[in-house]
Amino acid sequence: MTNPETALLSARGISKQFAGIEVLSDVDLDLMPGEIHALVGENGAGKSTFAKILAGVYRPTRGSLSLNDQHVDITSPIVAQKLGVTLIHQEPISFPDLSVAENLVLGRLNSAPLARIPWQKITRDAQALMALLGVSIDVTKPMRGLSIADQQMVEIARSLASNSRLIIMDEPTAPLTPKEVATLFVIARRLRDEGRTIIFISHRLEEVRALCDRVTVFRDGHKVATERTANLSDSDIIRLMIGRPLKEYMHKQGSIIGEVALKLTNLTLPGKFHDISLAVKKGEIVGLGGLVGAGRTDVAQAIFGIAPAASGAIEVNGKLVKINSPTDAIAHGLAFVPEDRAQSGIFRTLAVEQNITAAIAKRIAPAMFISRFLERRFAQDSVAKLRIRLASLRQPIGELSGGNQQKAILARWLLTDPSILILDEPTRGIDIGVKAEFYDMIGELAAGGRAILLISSELPELLALCDRVLVMSEGRLTADIPRREATQELIMQAAVPRSTHQGVAA
Amino acid sequence: MKSLGTTFLRREAGIVVMIVLFCLVVGAVKPQFLTLNSLRIIFLLVPLIMIGAMGQMLVIVARHVDLSIGSILGLTAMASGMMFRFHPEIWWQLGFALSIGSGALLGLFNGLLITLFRLPAIIVTLGTLNLYRGITFIMSDAKQIDRQYVPTALKEMSQDSPIFGIPWIIFMSFGIATLTYWFSMHTRIGREVFALGSNPTAAPLRGINVSKVTLTVFTISGALSGLAGIMYASRWGFVNPSNTGNGFEFQVIAAVVIGGVSINGGLGTALGTVLGVLLLGCVAAALPLLGIPGTTQNAIYGAVILVALLIDRLVRKQGQRQNVARAAA
Repeated sequence: MTNPETALLSARGISKQFAGIEVLSDVDLDLMPGEIHALVGENGAGKSTFAKILAGVYRPTRGSLSLNDQHVDITSPIVAQKLGVTLIHQEPISFPDLSVAENLVLGRLNSAPLARIPWQKITRDAQALMALLGVSIDVTKPMRGLSIADQQMVEIARSLASNSRLIIMDEPTAPLTPKEVATLFVIARRLRDEGRTIIFISHRLEEVRALCDRVTVFRDGHKVATERTANLSDSDIIRLMIGRPLKEYMHKQGSIIGEVALKLTNLTLPGKFHDISLAVKKGEIVGLGGLVGAGRTDVAQAIFGIAPAASGAIEVNGKLVKINSPTDAIAHGLAFVPEDRAQSGIFRTLAVEQNITAAIAKRIAPAMFISRFLERRFAQDSVAKLRIRLASLRQPIGELSGGNQQKAILARWLLTDPSILILDEPTRGIDIGVKAEFYDMIGELAAGGRAILLISSELPELLALCDRVLVMSEGRLTADIPRREATQELIMQAAVPRSTHQGVAA
Repeated sequence: MKSLGTTFLRREAGIVVMIVLFCLVVGAVKPQFLTLNSLRIIFLLVPLIMIGAMGQMLVIVARHVDLSIGSILGLTAMASGMMFRFHPEIWWQLGFALSIGSGALLGLFNGLLITLFRLPAIIVTLGTLNLYRGITFIMSDAKQIDRQYVPTALKEMSQDSPIFGIPWIIFMSFGIATLTYWFSMHTRIGREVFALGSNPTAAPLRGINVSKVTLTVFTISGALSGLAGIMYASRWGFVNPSNTGNGFEFQVIAAVVIGGVSINGGLGTALGTVLGVLLLGCVAAALPLLGIPGTTQNAIYGAVILVALLIDRLVRKQGQRQNVARAAA
C-alpha cells in the first residue's frame, strides 16, 4: 500500500526545448494517488508538452521524474506503459482494421510469435473490461466503426488492462457529446476512488470544477499555481492563465474605415460552426479570437471555399457571391494565409521565387509560358518590400526561417492584390523581432484600404492590432468587442466554454 | 470475430458472384467451358499464382509491396535446375529445400534493405527485380535447363497423385493457403502484420517490433516465391533464364487486389486471395476458348484489375457510410 501522503509521481525542474526555444521551464509538480488533477492554460502554455513528457512521448531537456519515490527514466511510450502511465489522446490512436479486443491486447501479448492466439480468452477478457467500465461495446467489431467516445473507452480499458496508476487524458471531452462526457466523468471518478491518479487537460472550466480535486495552471511554459479547485474561482483561474504584461512594441496605425467589404450572414457548417454573421469594412482589422478548436479556422476555410459552408450567405463588396473553391475566392479578391504553412502554405522543395509567384500564374505567364524575367522581378520586388531575409531567390523555401517563410506566403497573396485578406495565426512560431515587423505590415495593409480578418490566439496581438475583436467558442460567435472596451479578461471570458454542459456538474 | 467476419465475407461473396457470373456468361457462349475438363485446366493454371499471392497478400497487408517475386521465382528455379543438370546424383527432393531456402534469403535481403535503410519497398524490390534476374542470367550463362534434365518424378507432381488423380501441386497450393489463413488469423506475429498495415505510426508505440514484422513478411514472400520456382520446373519441365517468372508479380498482385486485399494495408484474407486467384484463373482459361488471341490477354487482365478495384472502392464507400451511420446512432 502506498502511503497517501507520498506522491505517486513527482516532477522536479522539468524543462523542454524545441529547436532552442524553451516551451517548458522548471516545472515542479507532485501528483497524489487517488486524485483527479486538472492542467489548464492557454494554447501553447506547455500543459500538453508536460503531459507528453510524463507519457514518454517527449524526453525532457532538464529535470527528473520519480515514481513512488524512485527515480525513473521514461524514455518511450512503451516504457511509460510498463511503469503504469498511459496517455489517452484526444483522437485515440488505434488499429482501425482490427477488432476492439485485438486493439486491447496487441503489443502486450508475449506468447511465442507463432503460438496460437487464444481468441476466446482475449474476447472474454475484453468483454469483462467493458463490463467493468459499464459500457456496451461489441469487442469483436473493428475499431473503425466506433465513435470517438467509444474509442476513448477502449483506450481507458487498455490502460486498465495494463494496470496503469496514472492515466492522462488530453482534452478528452472536446469531441464528446454532453451525455458521453457524463459517462466519462462517472468512470474517471470510479478510477480515482480505486486509488488511481488521473490528469485531466481541459479548456472547459465547468468540467474542471465538476471533476477535479486540484488544478495546476500553466502560462508561457511555467507552472504558475497549483491549488485545490475549491479554493479558486473561475475568474481566478482565468486571471492566472493570462496574467502577463501587454507587450509594448505593438501599435495600430490609424486608417480610414470605409464600406463593408466582407459580410457573412448565418454561415453554418454543422459540427464545425453555427450562425456566423459578421462584417469586415475596408481599412478595418477585425480580430477573431478564441481557443484552438473553436471553429475559427473552419470559418476562414469556408469563406475561402476550401470547405464551403452548408448554409448562409457571403457578400463581397455588397454583392452576394458563391464561393465553392479557392479559385472562386481569389477571383472575388480574397486571399487566405493559412495557419499551418508547412501543410497548406508552402511548396517546401520549390524555390522562394516560385512560391511567391504561385498565385499569379497568369501574370508571370502572359503567353502560356512562364517568363523567368517576370517571375524574378515580382519575387524581387516582394522580397524588398517585405524585407524577406534569404540567400538567394532560387533557394528552396524550406531553408528559410519560419518568419521569412510566413512573409513569403504573405507576399504571394499580396501579389494577387486582394481587397480582403484573411490571416490565420500569422505570427505563430516566429520570432519577436519578425513579429513586430508583421504587425507594422498588417497595419499598413489596412491603411491601404484592405479589409483584414485576423485569427489569433494571442490576446495581446488582438488587443494591439484590431479595431474590433470577435470571439468564437465551440462553433459560435460569443462576443463582439470594440477596441476601446477590449481587455484580455473579456476575450477570455467569451472564449472559455462555460455552463454549456449543465448535465455535467454533479 | 463475428462482425469482422461478416464485413470480410461480404467482400468475398462479391468475388464468388463475379466468378459465377463470369463462368455463366462464358458458358453461354462456349458450353464446353462448363465441364470438368476446363475445371482441371483452371486448377492447373493457378497453383503458382496462388502460392505467390499468399506471400504477396501478407506483404501488402503490411502496407508494402514485393515486385521482385518473379525474379526470385526465376532465380530459385534456375538454382534447382542447375543442381538437376550438373549434379543429377543428388536426391531430387532437395530441390525443394534449395529453392525455398534461397528464396527465403532473397526475400530477407529485400526486407533488410527496407528496414535498415528505411527505403520504400516499391523501389527496393524494383531494384532487386532487375538484380535477381541479372544474377539468374550470370549463373546460368544465359542457358536454358531443358526437359531432359528435370527429374521425371518432379514433373509427375504436376500431373498426377494417388488422390483422384488430382496433381500434387494443387494440393500444395491449397495447403499453403490454409497455412496462410492460420498464420494471418491465429498467430501473434500474423496479427501484428495487420496492425502494422492498419496504422504504421501506432505500431511501434504499441510495442510492435516493426522491423521483425517487415523482415518476416518479405522472407515469407521470398520463400513462397522459391516454392513457386521449383513448382515451375515441375509444371513446365524446363527453366529459362529470361522467361521463367517473367511478369509473375503482375499476375500475383492482380489476384491479391482482386481478392479484396487493401493496397492501403491492414485488410485482407487468405480466402479472398484464393478467390481472386480463381477468378483470374477463370479469365485465363476462358480467353483461348473464346478465341481471344494471346496478344489481347494483357489488356484483358488489366481491365479485370481495374474493374475489381472499382468494385472494391464502391464496397468500401458503402462500408464507411454504414460506419458513419452506426457512429451517429
